[in-house]
Amino acid sequence: MTTTIEPAVFTEDPFDEAALKDPYPFLQRLRETGPVSYLEATGSYAIVGYDEVYEVLMDFETFISSGGLGPHDIRKDEAWRPPSILESDPPIHTVMRRALTGVINPSTVRALREPFTAPAVEIVNDLTQFDRFDAVTDLAEKYPIRVFPDAVGLPQEGREHLLPYGNMVFNAFGPENYIYQQAFAEGDAHSAAVMKLCQRESLDDSGFGAKIYERINDGLITEEQAALLVRALLSAGVDTTIFGIGNTLSVLARYPEAWQRLRENPSMAKFAIDEALRVESPFQKFHRTVATATTLGGVDLPEGAKVLVFVGAANRDPAKWGDDAAEFSLDRSSSGHVAFGMGLHQCVGQPIARLEMEIVLQQLLEKFETLELADEPVPFIHNVLRGFESVPLKVSPKR
Amino acid sequence: MTLTAPSKAPATIDTVIDSVDRAADEVVTLVLRRTDGANFPAWEPGAHVDVHLENGLIRQYSLCSPTADRSTLQIGVLRTPDSRGGSAFVHDNLWPGTELTISAPRNNFPLVKSRKYMFIAGGIGITPIIPMMEAAEAAGKEWVLHYGGRSRTSMAFLDELVTKYGPEKIRIYANDEDNMLDLTQVLAMPRAHMLVYACGPGGMLNAIEDLCMGWPPGALHIERFVATELGAAANSEPFEVELAQTGTTVTVQPDETIVDAVEQAGARVLSSCRAGVCGTCETRIIAGEPEHRDAVLTEEDKAAGEVMLPCVSRAAAGCSRLVLDL
Ligand code: HEM
Repeated sequence: MTTTIEPAVFTEDPFDEAALKDPYPFLQRLRETGPVSYLEATGSYAIVGYDEVYEVLMDFETFISSGGLGPHDIRKDEAWRPPSILESDPPIHTVMRRALTGVINPSTVRALREPFTAPAVEIVNDLTQFDRFDAVTDLAEKYPIRVFPDAVGLPQEGREHLLPYGNMVFNAFGPENYIYQQAFAEGDAHSAAVMKLCQRESLDDSGFGAKIYERINDGLITEEQAALLVRALLSAGVDTTIFGIGNTLSVLARYPEAWQRLRENPSMAKFAIDEALRVESPFQKFHRTVATATTLGGVDLPEGAKVLVFVGAANRDPAKWGDDAAEFSLDRSSSGHVAFGMGLHQCVGQPIARLEMEIVLQQLLEKFETLELADEPVPFIHNVLRGFESVPLKVSPKR
Repeated sequence: MTLTAPSKAPATIDTVIDSVDRAADEVVTLVLRRTDGANFPAWEPGAHVDVHLENGLIRQYSLCSPTADRSTLQIGVLRTPDSRGGSAFVHDNLWPGTELTISAPRNNFPLVKSRKYMFIAGGIGITPIIPMMEAAEAAGKEWVLHYGGRSRTSMAFLDELVTKYGPEKIRIYANDEDNMLDLTQVLAMPRAHMLVYACGPGGMLNAIEDLCMGWPPGALHIERFVATELGAAANSEPFEVELAQTGTTVTVQPDETIVDAVEQAGARVLSSCRAGVCGTCETRIIAGEPEHRDAVLTEEDKAAGEVMLPCVSRAAAGCSRLVLDL
């Protein structure tokens, strides 16, 4: 018999404003008591150790997704929308994932490099007339929303609902606090508009959306599932990448030597992005539901319990990354980080997100000799995503 | 700086055939012993040897003897109608006492540590799976084999396997009994911590690849002997890779991957799964012909030869140098 330990109990709420503005001090306190602890505020178990987070992500039979990624079990409570691929388990997940991976994979994404480059060139060129600009409002918030909906094949009208809708979807992975309420303020209108965008008639013939609908003809998925998959792309594909760009620049702006090295060797851009996503992971945390009682990190977890998986803590666990885990280092191999998840639900959009981020960074490296913080970044208050409302930069454009 | 080591030919071993047995319709097994009486080098499940045939052909055959017994090696050979004569030569010209030169065992299909395994074999694809099942059983892992073939008489090792492991673990599917291996059904339900190891005809492997898109990335491992334009056999020679961004040249030995070799030389490749499934390490090819071993690129991509996945793919047989955008 293995001996189990009582988890440390915390009263602090990881979803309160202070913890959302700067999550790392609380994560550090959790880590100091062990890889698994109990959060009274949410009634869930906090998982912060790299090995334990990895185990939860890999063991999708014990830690299931069909209970939803939020704190409530959506199998019991009425969910606010039909479950997505992210909120499903095999065998339902299996056909949806097969359909999606057949459409979005490194081969199909490679073709996007050209159409994705021109808008990045244009946006960055416009910035070269300034000595200061904001990495979020002037760049990150402009780019993915311009290229990604085209790749999916969306019409122009209705695109304005994508960001508010994404904000709803992800904030719903946290509790129904004031942040959630604000995100859902005009929720019905955004949901209806996005569901309309996901219909076959709304999509052009060449985008990922149309390709997903083609899988109906193979008999792989139903029409309803096709719409849900397009919806998954629209909800998961925009905010995350905006934050990914903003976070990467918020990190790089603090490391001027790294900027110089990257300028000398721009092919290292993708390593820099990977390492920045490790240090400032856009998708910080989400839940799983315990399907059968189990033990993790020495702690007994009862059936039906919710675990809160802190990807952002695993990516800074000194046991995995060393004592300087919280520091960005161009020389570190960040491979194995879980910013895109791991295992069954590992991010389908990863190649798209990486491509967008790499193109933007390459453009910036080409056009700016230096890039540093002009002021402290302002965090975006969000239940599960980590990002910034503003990252003020001072730059020296190449003349 | 150039890191080119003198590229030595891979070691060959002189053997003599100990026995030849008919294992199934059109399948023979050969047991080989070293002519110098010594033991063979240690090898792991999934390994193969190159067999140098007198008619000049080189063929790869998976090892199917127990890894613990290093005094002999066993291979199984199916007579294939479309073969350029390799398997026919084995069937028609090799007898006990015949001498045969082989390479040292090499492994492109290693059994990665996991808690559970599903093995899928089509026909002669059973051979590399045999030592894998032995290893999984010895380690007390949960595993199952789905073994399909035209008819029971065409399936090598069948009775032996059922006797040894029982019908729960050894699931047999014979087409002529109206009991086809239904891959869709077998792979319908991904299992946590389970890896899928598959070996068999190309069509079967393609179907498995498609179905496993619904499994966790990296769960599927397949063995495919690819025919490239340069040579029908998979390449087993060392080759050079020039890293165009720095001008460095590294030599990739038969038992290491391009990513390993490049990293050992101090350069970097962004990679994630290291199993040819995630696509992270996709690299542009500037010159040379690759042998694609990944599950990411489409047939068109592979034919175009513009990119490759250096975590699993290699230089094609006959191509001694690749120039990559690294
Ligand atoms: C930097 C940007 C991104 C980050 C950090 C990110 C992060 C993640 C993470 C952590 C998961 C796994 C969640 C879980 O295990 O429950 C995930 C899943 C997913 N992501 Fe992303 N993502 C990004 C961009 C994208 C993009 C651009 C798309 C759309 C093309 C996308 C589509 C998806 C989908 C559909 C899933 C669900 C996969 C499944 O359940 O099988 N993501 N993402």
